[in-house]
Amino acid sequence: MTGSLAQLPRLLALVPYLLQHPGVQTAQAAAVFGVTEEQLRRDLNLLWVCGLPGHGPGDLIDLEFEGDTITLFEPAGVTRPLRLAVDEALALLVALRTLSETPGLADRDAVDRALAKIEEAAGAAASPAHRVEIALEGEERVLPVVREALDRSRRLHLDYYVPGRDETTERDVDPMRLLLVEGRSYLEAWCRRVEGVRLFRLDRVVTVALLDLPAEVPAAATERDISQGLFQPSEGDVLVTLGLGPGAHWVADYYPCESMEDAGDGTIVVRLRTPDTAWLARLALRLGPSASVVEPAELAAYVRTAARDALVAYAI
Amino acid sequence: MSARKTERLLNLVICLLHTRRHLSVQEIRDLVPGYEQGTEEAFRRMFERDKEELRDLGIPLETGSDTAAHDDELGYRIARRDYELPPISLEPDEAAALGLAARLWQSAPLAGATGTALLKLRAAGVDAPESTGALEPRVGAGEPAFEACLAAVTEGRGLRFSYRASGRPAPEERLVEPWGVVWWHGRWYVVGHDTSRDAVRVFRLSRVVGAATPTGEAGSVKAPPDTDLRALVARMAGDEPRSTATVRVRTGSAWALRAEATASATEAAGWDRLEVGYSDPERFADRVTGFGADVVVVSPPEARDAVVRRLQALAT
Repeated sequence: MTGSLAQLPRLLALVPYLLQHPGVQTAQAAAVFGVTEEQLRRDLNLLWVCGLPGHGPGDLIDLEFEGDTITLFEPAGVTRPLRLAVDEALALLVALRTLSETPGLADRDAVDRALAKIEEAAGAAASPAHRVEIALEGEERVLPVVREALDRSRRLHLDYYVPGRDETTERDVDPMRLLLVEGRSYLEAWCRRVEGVRLFRLDRVVTVALLDLPAEVPAAATERDISQGLFQPSEGDVLVTLGLGPGAHWVADYYPCESMEDAGDGTIVVRLRTPDTAWLARLALRLGPSASVVEPAELAAYVRTAARDALVAYAI
Repeated sequence: MSARKTERLLNLVICLLHTRRHLSVQEIRDLVPGYEQGTEEAFRRMFERDKEELRDLGIPLETGSDTAAHDDELGYRIARRDYELPPISLEPDEAAALGLAARLWQSAPLAGATGTALLKLRAAGVDAPESTGALEPRVGAGEPAFEACLAAVTEGRGLRFSYRASGRPAPEERLVEPWGVVWWHGRWYVVGHDTSRDAVRVFRLSRVVGAATPTGEAGSVKAPPDTDLRALVARMAGDEPRSTATVRVRTGSAWALRAEATASATEAAGWDRLEVGYSDPERFADRVTGFGADVVVVSPPEARDAVVRRLQALAT
């Protein structure tokens, strides 16, 4: 990971970095600092004319960057990087504490030792980190088996719940990676039943078994790009329009909506795409009178019929 | 920032780190290249701005005097022990844990802080490997109010924002003394004392409408000792069971309810009987209604009636 710093803080980190890495490749230093090699050379040229008061030959920062490598001889007293700022300490400490508190994710002993060292190095900047808490759902039941399958490249047998169809399905999968996104844990795997890459939410895994078979993920299987969120609607999806009363506004927070309009009477009209209308019918039932399916009409009719069928059991 | 200004500021930092005693403004003008030109007044203005820039970067600029004389003008220096990141070295497994933790923050502002923190650690000789493992932990911070709430919490300031509470048609203004921010079940919350209501409250950041504005002085808000942020969010935003419902579930369906059941037994052909805990009858009824005719609430009446009301509204 590279941070992009403004020039002055970058230079203040660059000098001790070069001191620690004599003869470092220019390309590598540029990559670490997230700048082009051309910009890095401009930085080095600037360092060259800076130094201790007097600014005589022995006072200036001294370095050599002929060819592809850089070596720094004289740091002019800038031997250590600046202390961590509050937000920097917070970002690292909260992340480490989260790993430590979520069972099954990482070697907890190593995490705790790293946490203690960074907390000590951060000093006073460390204390606001206690005001931020992250509760990840670790899925203790399933996670250790999935981790083992990933570490040993083994196939898994899953009994998996599909909420849209409200049924459990059995399948063999070859694990690719474990994702913890938006508070939930997912296994991304090559599903041998559908012959495609699928995401499995760990809290919907009914049972999991490690098989005595190697995982064989086809070379063509690609990991999903999650930089824009986990689920991206596709062109083939059905477009659904819902009217959401105040009790159903959470739907607009929760699912990616294509458009959102305030109807004025406390109702929000949203349009969203779904590959799975069965799932949407369940959502509409669940929302009850606080929402209504505007379009498509077949879906609205389906929801009405399902409600009538369900009422029969209550003998009303 | 121009290269000339960066050069001047870098020379200023080197000079103030180098000096043991406080340097007067005049001495600084004589020692640091870039201040020679212009009138005394222009220099003073330039120096004021430069001081601000250094402080904004977190550089601890110390003001003081080394003599007891009252008419002494205050001088400046940078104490090395306050400036420098203390020595830190990580074992390979600790560095790997840090590399993994660094992947947690998905989005600004903490993705940037993570990157610059890692740069400083690298400049101190710590090489956290970029984690390429099969584990991908991500926490989003996409809510527009996140940055302002985090800043208020770390600085100990109050917050004012407009909040769209669940079930209310219009947003209302809230004044809050925030104690912390918590990521829980995939959502960010701010926890604190709601001064407009004189009560402890939990706010979901995605329901904050528009900007959140800081109020009061830094350090004016302090969380009561032993505040358990996560427990507060779990209790106030959450769903700890308070009552138990008996439901009939069609065989093979509603696994999500079965996974939570405290007791289950096979009833008649094709049906099972479950005991399921719930916190709020209305929210429980929402879930049950989503299963349509496959789940029937037997008791208690508050849950059964809530389901029937929903189904009747949906059926017409």
